[in-house]
Amino acid sequence: MTAVLFQQVSRHFGAVRAVDSVDLAIAEGEFFAMLGPSGSGKTTCLRLMAGFEQPTSGHIEIFGETAEGVPPYRRNVNTVFQDYALFPHLSILENVAYGLMVKGVAKAERLKAAEEALAMVKLPGYGTRRPGQLSGGQRQRVALARALVNRPRVLLLDEPLGALDLKLREQMQEELKSLQKSLGITFVFVTHDQGEALSMADRIAVFNDGKIQQLGTPEEVYKRPKTRFVADFVGSSNVLPPDFVAGLGFSKGYASLRPEAITLGESGPGRKHFTGRVVAASFLGAANRVTVEAAGARVAAMVPASLAVPAEGETVTFSFLADDLHQMDGAQ
Amino acid sequence: MTIAADTSILARRENTSGRLSDFFWRNPKILLLLMLTPPLLWLGVIYLGSLFALLLQSFFSIDDFSGLINYEFTLATYRQLLIPSNFDIILRTVVMAVLVTLASAVIAFPIAYYAARYARGKWKVIFYLGVMLPLWSSYLVKVYAWKLILAKEGIVTWALAKLNLLWVLDAWLSLPVVGGTSLSISYTGTFIVFIYVWMPFMILPIQAALERVPGNLIEASADLGGHPAQTFRYVLFPLALPGIIAGSIFTFSLTLGDYIIPQIIGSSRLFIGQAVYAQQGTAGNIPLAAAFTVVPIVIMGLYLWMAKRQGAFDAL
Repeated sequence: MTAVLFQQVSRHFGAVRAVDSVDLAIAEGEFFAMLGPSGSGKTTCLRLMAGFEQPTSGHIEIFGETAEGVPPYRRNVNTVFQDYALFPHLSILENVAYGLMVKGVAKAERLKAAEEALAMVKLPGYGTRRPGQLSGGQRQRVALARALVNRPRVLLLDEPLGALDLKLREQMQEELKSLQKSLGITFVFVTHDQGEALSMADRIAVFNDGKIQQLGTPEEVYKRPKTRFVADFVGSSNVLPPDFVAGLGFSKGYASLRPEAITLGESGPGRKHFTGRVVAASFLGAANRVTVEAAGARVAAMVPASLAVPAEGETVTFSFLADDLHQMDGAQ
Repeated sequence: MTIAADTSILARRENTSGRLSDFFWRNPKILLLLMLTPPLLWLGVIYLGSLFALLLQSFFSIDDFSGLINYEFTLATYRQLLIPSNFDIILRTVVMAVLVTLASAVIAFPIAYYAARYARGKWKVIFYLGVMLPLWSSYLVKVYAWKLILAKEGIVTWALAKLNLLWVLDAWLSLPVVGGTSLSISYTGTFIVFIYVWMPFMILPIQAALERVPGNLIEASADLGGHPAQTFRYVLFPLALPGIIAGSIFTFSLTLGDYIIPQIIGSSRLFIGQAVYAQQGTAGNIPLAAAFTVVPIVIMGLYLWMAKRQGAFDAL
């Protein structure tokens, strides 16, 4: 079943088209990421799902029901806010029980459910504290518990890991993913971090200028970016200019080529090669990222750390499998 | 090379003001002490001192025959407060202050909410001007203006007559206690003018409190299923409460102590402020005046204590 459906949805703020004719269908139980730079319309899409914004035009359905004109408090959809939005005057337990309280669940019952939700996010016994006494990571978990205690059919997460440090973020990514699997709730996740989107999501919608540039599985989006924007934004693919691509024997047009698909030296059947001068090399741990200038284009390649790093100014030959080069639509 | 020699890394300041600022930089506490001593002396000695003297006066009594003050400790003056004519004054003032405070809060909240949540740019400036402008003109002028507005020959009566609604006013004025011969000589008039004059003191603290409530808390409440009324009850109101309390301290204490508005607008019955004025002036009964003055102080103390116990300041 389709959890969230957008049909030609637009949201304009004056002359600004924050969301511009967006079509999407999120399946039930899916972990769906909306990825894009700030101002790309991804958060506005999330707010349209939550009901904080109403579409200027278009049609939204949540589990088959028309969502336009339905206020947020009548939607069985919950949000984990970017800066958590915990109520500062309530205890952690009261925060988590809030959704049940406003729905009229008896006190003993709602406090028990809140305790269980806190245990689920690994914060048992924290109920009596105030939000101000918790660290960022703990507040994040409370925000998650506060949303999940309502058993929403769709959980919206607005850059929920943005304020956490790297280690905590990686840990929370894994926890979120396993939580989503065990609960079977549809997660809609907004992020500007492509690594996060790629590692967590079942499908990704890449946003730019209020439009979806590409919608697909992480692998599709990563390996076969449809537009230059997607190739640039998702991962660190090389975007090759039309002349360079034509020079290698492909049809003229922009193409993307992932650095790890390029190897040092020419060899083997089905491979294409090019020669260039090394302009930069940086050590990344498992590999060295070597950038060469070849036929007017800058191309980066991953050279395994076990191989010798070419010096700056040296001329080297790189090769890649012709299938790994992905030609993109138009000149977007 | 002289330039290089002059610009050493640790530049020296040789003049007096430079040395003085260096000294204060090294001893910030001395600067703080110098800045705070004059106002603290003013507050501590002159203000608190006179308040304490007042408190002391209230424990003396006046000799009924000679009219001289008897400097012996006694609670007789406080007992005098409880005789019906004096106790009526206290009761009248407190009831008026409570009603004025409640009405001010109810009227001020939507205005403050609009200013904090919706007004931007030009409209914010207009809001501040609108709220502050009445404070720039003399209080007496405003009160006399209201006397004319509320008088039998005033614009309120005129407008109601034109609208054929004079019977509403007449019906209201014929009610006991709140009524009178005209609005300007009734408790209703006193009530209206009190609200008007103290309104900025209620709006501004509430607006400041609401401004500090992040908008996403309102959204979070709605997101969790809170209807607008529930969001107000459980999120907005508790978080605005410190501002409402701050505003109510103003309206409540100002109404308790005011002696001009009830004198110009209203029935001739006394309020605490007028009683203090009369006792220390014409009657020359300083101890009773002092005892009357202690009443608002005690009431405010009780009010704040209760507000704190109710958790009004938890969100601070």
